[in-house]
Amino acid sequence: MEFILQPWSWWFSGIMIAAIMFFLMYFGQSFGFSSNLRTICSAAGLGKSTKFFDFDWKAQTWNLVFLIGAILGGFISREFLSSDAPVLISEATIQDLSKLGIAAPESMQPAELFGLDAVLSVKGFMLLAFGGLMVGFGSRYAGGCTSGHAISGLSDLQVPSLIAVMGFFIGGLLMTYLFIPLIF
Amino acid sequence: MKFVKFLLLGIVFGIVMTKSEAVSWYRIQEMFRFQAFHMYGIIGTAVTLGVAGVALIKRFRMRDFSGNPIMFNPKEKSVLRYLIGGTIFGLGWALSGACPGPMVVNIGYGYWAMAVVFFFALVGTYLYALIKNKLPH
Repeated sequence: MEFILQPWSWWFSGIMIAAIMFFLMYFGQSFGFSSNLRTICSAAGLGKSTKFFDFDWKAQTWNLVFLIGAILGGFISREFLSSDAPVLISEATIQDLSKLGIAAPESMQPAELFGLDAVLSVKGFMLLAFGGLMVGFGSRYAGGCTSGHAISGLSDLQVPSLIAVMGFFIGGLLMTYLFIPLIF
Repeated sequence: MKFVKFLLLGIVFGIVMTKSEAVSWYRIQEMFRFQAFHMYGIIGTAVTLGVAGVALIKRFRMRDFSGNPIMFNPKEKSVLRYLIGGTIFGLGWALSGACPGPMVVNIGYGYWAMAVVFFFALVGTYLYALIKNKLPH
């Protein structure tokens, strides 16, 4: 039980993610989470007005069920498997973030971004909204997200996925070093 | 009943994402600042095992549980859509500290603010659909 309550090591977590991908393949599907965004738009009836959402979304029900499982998994972690210790990021990151006005971790997420005060402020809300907007837009434009490209695509040695992952890092580095210092 | 296995896999995914701390904004910042091996270790381990496993599946023409060959669909050849789309995704990933999977795991974990992020990810998907034909692919 002690093992479960502690944060898990990178190698054990990596093995588990690969295992999830192989189980999905064994069950006749593939590991790609952001397709759910398109599926939800289609299930919401947007296929009537937009061709991109006009497809048999019911064939993707398995992935929506996987999504619901992921929500439950987060809940189970929080309720039963968590020691609720602060995330143990490196001292260098703590120093860098403190210069931006973000305090050392006290839990999983920074209150400066995800706390109630932040969400209810105009700037805080805009940051969350804009972040989500770019993730949704970018993942569909690139045809996949971290699971579809970085895990599944690279495992299949697909060049398009390697280009997409390079893009993930170009965008991530631009945000981290150029935009975040301007925003915070 | 046929969906129970996907529910269980989703639950395991949610638990792995939280216990590995990959759902944390701090961990994503640490990754993009190259200040720890943690996230690279997670993705690197998964991809290393993934490459080996996929090669074995292809070599031995393995089948899934219903007897069909396990297929891999090559993604369409292009550079621009992956590079530009990926860059936009990366900008959002570093800002919100979450890709689509971790967003919903965070909601389950009790971070309701992530519901805002997830909702706007849906809006982003819709926007892409609206202007898709005008974008270079």
